[in-house]
Amino acid sequence: MKARQKRLMFVGVAVVGVGIAASLALTALNSNIAYFFSPSQVQAGEHPTDAVFRVGGLVVEDTLKRQEDGLTVHFDVTDNAEIVNVSYTGILPDLFGEGQGVVAKGRIGTDGVFYADQVLAKHDESYMPPEVEDTLQTAHAKGVVETSTESMPAASMPATGQTVTQ
Amino acid sequence: MKINWFKYASPTAFYPVAGRLVPVFGVAALALMLFALYWGFFETPERLGGTNPQKEYYRIIFIHVPAAWMSMWLYLVLAAWSAVGLVFNTRLSFMMANAVAPTGAIFTFLALWTGAFWGRPSWGTYWDWDPRLTSELILFFLYIGFMALHSAIDDNRRADQAAALLAIVGLVMLPIIYWSINCPDPNNCAALHQRSSVTDIESNILTAMLVMTLGFWLYSFAAAFARLRNIILLREQDSAWVRKMVDEAGAGPSSSPPPGAGAADGLDAGGHRASRGVSV
Repeated sequence: MKARQKRLMFVGVAVVGVGIAASLALTALNSNIAYFFSPSQVQAGEHPTDAVFRVGGLVVEDTLKRQEDGLTVHFDVTDNAEIVNVSYTGILPDLFGEGQGVVAKGRIGTDGVFYADQVLAKHDESYMPPEVEDTLQTAHAKGVVETSTESMPAASMPATGQTVTQ
Repeated sequence: MKINWFKYASPTAFYPVAGRLVPVFGVAALALMLFALYWGFFETPERLGGTNPQKEYYRIIFIHVPAAWMSMWLYLVLAAWSAVGLVFNTRLSFMMANAVAPTGAIFTFLALWTGAFWGRPSWGTYWDWDPRLTSELILFFLYIGFMALHSAIDDNRRADQAAALLAIVGLVMLPIIYWSINCPDPNNCAALHQRSSVTDIESNILTAMLVMTLGFWLYSFAAAFARLRNIILLREQDSAWVRKMVDEAGAGPSSSPPPGAGAADGLDAGGHRASRGVSV
């Protein structure tokens, strides 16, 4: 029985140690390993200046401009606080669109424009057919359905307080 | 009826039980998976709306999400059996951990693979070093590492203990995988992968997804028990009951069922099949 209790202690200590390691790793993930920088962080100069990094945010409505070569596009990315101008040459993903979330990878030029060599589209965790979504929103607009915005996040972007844009 | 559960902690006693459970779980898993596939393909909307206007390809969700859930759940099972084995020194616990590992690795691979095929049309890339994707890849390496470490050590007891310790240390990945997309403040963990949600899903999509998860879960039981029987035979090959069973199975189908096998039908064939699998 003694040996078994020892082993139980050993395994318990191991699990507790692993738990501490996990929480430390999570804290590190939170503060250090940013998958992308928000436009606010970029405008505040927190991004690396001579390395490739990612900018994430929402494509601002009516800023998407296709250049004459048909492949180069310019658009603005926002976190509802600041804006970054993005230039990209290539094929855009299917879900890319104004008002949608994007993650662009590239580097910032001396002119302040972010030259992306990859643009990825984000989508949110809502898996509703269009009709249901419309009905819900109409009902919501009329005050029929009482749902808080917290329970149905409109977009999974870090930009909080974003209202649903159709 | 009172069941003495500790009786089944012995490989000898659990071998025939596992043999009877494999077809039960297997058939139920197959039925649930077929139902979920039918429901997912024919009773769900053709496209999504709102800020997630995915088309038909969103149906990968019916394989991807259940596989991802199982990959994490089975790792927890693997680590739990490893811990029980380390503490109580029970042989069957280690065998269970070994039987679960390949199934967990398969589900992890399936989650990564279907995720790549989903990511290409929706995000625009097969792979990206996003926190969720990266941590799930590390989970896959942990499964592979568990199996590799176990097979690298000849002595079964030492292999069991070393691999069990690795499994427990690897538990660190589970909260990281979970919180990589579900952290309380989304500003702190920016990710490409969408957050997980079961509240904002159309009910037919959710039904197919949950039924598929149950199907995958039952399949895991069937696969793990089938594998467990082979592991038991392999490790107990020098014991009297295995020898007797192999001899009787080799003598022909007319021979009487082996002791401890109960009245399970087809046990002869099962035992024979398993023993052949071992000798190869």
